[in-house]
Amino acid sequence: MVTETARSKSPIRWHIAVFLAPAVLIYTLVMILPLFGTLQLSLYRTIDGVRQFVGIDNFRTLFGDPRWSASFWNALGNNVWFFIIHMVVQNPIGIALAAILSHPKLRFAAFYRTAIFIPTVLSFVVVGFIWKLILSPLWGVAPWMMDLVGLKSWFTPWLGKEEYALTTLGLISVWQFVGIPMMLIYAALLSIPDEVIEAAEMDGITGMSQFWKIKLPLILPAIGIISILTFVGNFNAFDLIYSAQGAMAGPNYATDILGTFLYRTFFGFQLQLGDPNMGATIASMMFFIILAGVCVYLFAIQTRLRRYQF
Amino acid sequence: MSTATHSPARTFAAHAVLIAYTAIALFPVLLIVINSFKSRNAIFRSPLALPTPENFDLIGYATVLKQGDFFLYFQNSLIVTVVSLFLVLLFGAMAAFALSEYRFKGNTLMGLYLALGIMIPIRLGTVAILQLMVASGLVNTLTALILVYTAQGLPLAVFILSEFMKQVSDDLKNAGRIDGLSEYRIFFRLVLPLVRPAMATVAVFTMIPIWNDLWFPLILAPSEETKTVTLGAQIFIGQYVTNWNAVLAALSLAILPVLVLYVIFSRQLIRGITSGAVK
Repeated sequence: MVTETARSKSPIRWHIAVFLAPAVLIYTLVMILPLFGTLQLSLYRTIDGVRQFVGIDNFRTLFGDPRWSASFWNALGNNVWFFIIHMVVQNPIGIALAAILSHPKLRFAAFYRTAIFIPTVLSFVVVGFIWKLILSPLWGVAPWMMDLVGLKSWFTPWLGKEEYALTTLGLISVWQFVGIPMMLIYAALLSIPDEVIEAAEMDGITGMSQFWKIKLPLILPAIGIISILTFVGNFNAFDLIYSAQGAMAGPNYATDILGTFLYRTFFGFQLQLGDPNMGATIASMMFFIILAGVCVYLFAIQTRLRRYQF
Repeated sequence: MSTATHSPARTFAAHAVLIAYTAIALFPVLLIVINSFKSRNAIFRSPLALPTPENFDLIGYATVLKQGDFFLYFQNSLIVTVVSLFLVLLFGAMAAFALSEYRFKGNTLMGLYLALGIMIPIRLGTVAILQLMVASGLVNTLTALILVYTAQGLPLAVFILSEFMKQVSDDLKNAGRIDGLSEYRIFFRLVLPLVRPAMATVAVFTMIPIWNDLWFPLILAPSEETKTVTLGAQIFIGQYVTNWNAVLAALSLAILPVLVLYVIFSRQLIRGITSGAVK
């Protein structure tokens, strides 16, 4: 402590700057400045080769021009549905698996954990194509499997049908990422002290009711973190849709989400030329949406969650 | 623990659920790998059977290795991942040490500033990042990717590592100071070795998204010489859609390295998560 106070009196402690500099420099140059650069670009437009400040005109185009706004609302709506699928399917399954895994005397728990996490480490490209092949009517693995349980008549080429494609992709993404909520909840469950569980058992609360009444309230903060991670991940998603359906997010834009919409706008596709300024406008909208979600989480949800200290 | 919670029926049900889900998680991956070793006929006739000596066929792998320059892609991915990982760990640990060890004006603010990147994805800055790379002549170089991935990995690394560095004993560091060690030596000699487990956790979390990323290679480095495995596989599969042997082989080749790395590091990863690194 003596050295600490002596140190803080010395005028400039260069080593602090040296320790911080590389990280802060790279982070600022490659991440923060481009983020603001993108926000700034959305306020400009190139007219006849000259870059002009146009204020919020690009946003007006995005929302006012029927062609742009139709695409934007379609992508946003699809993105919301994509997020809902994750919240309703992925997170409950993850929590359930974690609850089973965290049972203290369960055997092979390490094996199950490792195996269930494997899809999460695969790349989107691989996952997209694996499922494209499996669901392909050409190969016939999916119809054959459904035949085993007598549901063959239910099979259709899900990825090719407008009404099912997005939900199918959502479920594929759930398949890939269920490991993340599972692991985080598992960690949260393990950190509940044994005394709390024992006290509950003394009071006769066991099994399912123990989970609902004792454990679930204790892991709510972890569930909150998972929800916001899912939100950020989903509204930033691109790779899976791009590798399974291409930049056109077919069939007929039924699987278009903000990420693919941004990509198409920025780089152009088929006959339409790429438009960096409109791309920046869409990226800015994504930024505001994600920021809004993070703020809702930080200020409305996280502060209201009750945290228990042991 | 009371015996009531461990009835055999309950244990059986738990295993049944877990086995079922493990099958769901592994089946698609196994299906691809198994079929990549079969002849075209066998792929379609009996997709679920293991390869037998009669229908064992490596034609898919031969096509992939002949057509796509997968060794080059693999090398690119490896360079990008390893260098970014090294920079993230080094710079991240240095910044985390500064934030957790010293009290200075703006410490909290700097911590918040660096943590911003955990929630806001770097992808949203793509338009300006591309302009930056074009302006500095870094388009289609691995350097561009390395810079982006380093920036992307730093926020989480700083956040996790500073949590761990707070736990390193002050007495140890002060003993070092009394012995005349410089602050740099204290960091490299005393603190870094002690947070090695945390570094391994950060390494795994940083590595997976870099290796698997499609977005930045597609935008910043799509040239033949700088393609990564993920991008290379994506393009190759797009071109060979109808050649099932080649597609299955390419997928298997893309799966294997990650799988091997994961199995090696899985214990570390799971320990990192369960020890509260990301709670």
